[in-house]
Amino acid sequence: MIRTEGIFKSFGDHEVLKGIDFTFEKSKTNLIIGKSGAGKTVLLKILVGLIKPTAGHVWYGENDLCALNKYELQDLRMQVGMLFQGNALFDSMTIEENIRFPMDMFTKMSAKEKRTQVDLCLERVSLEGVNDKYPSEISGGMQKRVGIARAIVLNPKYLFADEPNSGLDPKTAITIDELLSKITVDNNITTVINTHDMNSVMEIGENICLLHEGKLAWQGSNSEVLESPNQTLQDFIFASPFLQKLKNIALSKS
Amino acid sequence: MYYKETIRQMYDIGVGSIMIIFVVNLFIGAVTAVQFIYQLSGQIIPKYYIGYIVRDMALIELAVTFTSIILAGKVGSNIASEIGGMRQKEHIDAMEIMGVNTSSYLVMPKLIAALIVIPILVSVAAIVSISGGYIATIYSGSYSHEEFIQGLRSFFKPFTVVMMYIKAVVFAYIITSIACYQGYFVKGGSIELGQASTRAVVFGIIVVLIADYIIAVVLTG
Repeated sequence: MIRTEGIFKSFGDHEVLKGIDFTFEKSKTNLIIGKSGAGKTVLLKILVGLIKPTAGHVWYGENDLCALNKYELQDLRMQVGMLFQGNALFDSMTIEENIRFPMDMFTKMSAKEKRTQVDLCLERVSLEGVNDKYPSEISGGMQKRVGIARAIVLNPKYLFADEPNSGLDPKTAITIDELLSKITVDNNITTVINTHDMNSVMEIGENICLLHEGKLAWQGSNSEVLESPNQTLQDFIFASPFLQKLKNIALSKS
Repeated sequence: MYYKETIRQMYDIGVGSIMIIFVVNLFIGAVTAVQFIYQLSGQIIPKYYIGYIVRDMALIELAVTFTSIILAGKVGSNIASEIGGMRQKEHIDAMEIMGVNTSSYLVMPKLIAALIVIPILVSVAAIVSISGGYIATIYSGSYSHEEFIQGLRSFFKPFTVVMMYIKAVVFAYIITSIACYQGYFVKGGSIELGQASTRAVVFGIIVVLIADYIIAVVLTG
C-alpha cells in the first residue's frame, strides 16, 4: 500500500499539485486519471521519488519516501518496477540484456539463473523467443511488454506504469491492461497506472484517483463511474458525444 | 556491468578516433617541419635543429593539444549526445527507479576510459607527428636523414614526455567531465540536446586551452 498525505508541488509560481491525499491499495490496479496538465505525471514521479514534493509525504507502508536517506531510497527502489510511456528500453542492448539489466546491477545470480528468469518474464508477457532482438526490431506493443518484463524481473512489491496504452491500437491496449491487472493479482503487488484511456478506466480501474487542476476531484472504482454524480468525472470520462450516447444506453438498460 | 561499459567506451574513444588523430598529427608534424625549414633558410642555426624542434613541438604542445581539441569535438559531442539522449528518452529515470546510481554508472566508465585511452592516443599522435616532420624534412631535399635523427637525439629532456602525459590526463578529465555534465543535465527537446552538444565542444576546447596555458606556466616556471 502507498499513501500520499498533503502532497503539494510547485514549479516556480505554478502550483501543479494542491494537497493530494490518496491511498493506493495493495493487490489492486490503482489508476491516476485526469486531463492533460492535471498533474498526473508529476504525481507519479513524486510517488516513485523522481521528483520531491514541495510539501507532504508519500508513505510506503511505514516508510516516508521523502524522509529516506540515499541508501534507504536505493533499497526501496529495489522493490519498485516501472513501465515508462516511451518504454525507456536501452537501444544498444538486446531484449534479454534489457530485462537482465536490473539483475546484472543488483544480484549475484549466475548467468544460467538470469537466463531462466528472463525467459520466465518473457513467458509472463507472452513474448518467448525474442531474447536476441533489439528494441528497434520489435513493435510498439511488444516493446511495452518487454518494458513490463523488465519492470517485474526482480519481483517488485510496487509496479508503476506511465500511460502504458499511449500509441497502441485498442486491442493491444486491452492486452497490456489485462497483463498489468493479472500481474497485480498474481504477484499480490500495488500497481499504480497513470492513464487517459477510458477503456482502462472501465476495465481495470479498481481504485481510481481523478485529478483536476491539481486537486483530487473524485475517487472510487470502475463500478461507481457510471452512476457518479461528480460532474468533473462525467465531463472527463464521457467527453465525446459517442461515449455520452453509450452511457445513456447503459443507464437506460440498467 | 561497469567493466563492460568501460571497455565499450575505451573502444569507442580509442578505435573510433585513431584515424582522424593519425591524419591530423601527420600533417601537423609535416607543417611544423616545413615552416621551420623556411625559418632556417639563410640562418646560421645548425641544420640538425630541425629534428630537435619537431620533436619538442610534438611532445610538449602540438600532439597533446591538437589531439585533445579533436577529441573535445568528436568524443565530447558524442558523450553529451549519448547521455542527453538517454535523459530525454527517460533511460536515466528508468535506471534511477531501478536504484542505479546513474551519475556513477554513466560518467565513471567514460571518465576511466578517457583517462586510459587519451594518453595512449597522445603517444600515437606524438610518434605520428614526428614521423610527419621526418617525411616532410627528407622530401624537402635540403636535409638528410642523419641530420634529422641527430636533432631528434639532441637536448632530450625526459620531463617533456612527463609534461605531455600530465597534459593528456588533465585534458582527458576536462573533455569527459564537461561533456558528461552537459549531457546529464540537458532539459527540453532535440534543439536543447544539440545546444548541449555544442556547449560540450566549445567549453571543452576553451577549458583545454586555458588548462594548457596554466600547466605550461606551472611546469616550466
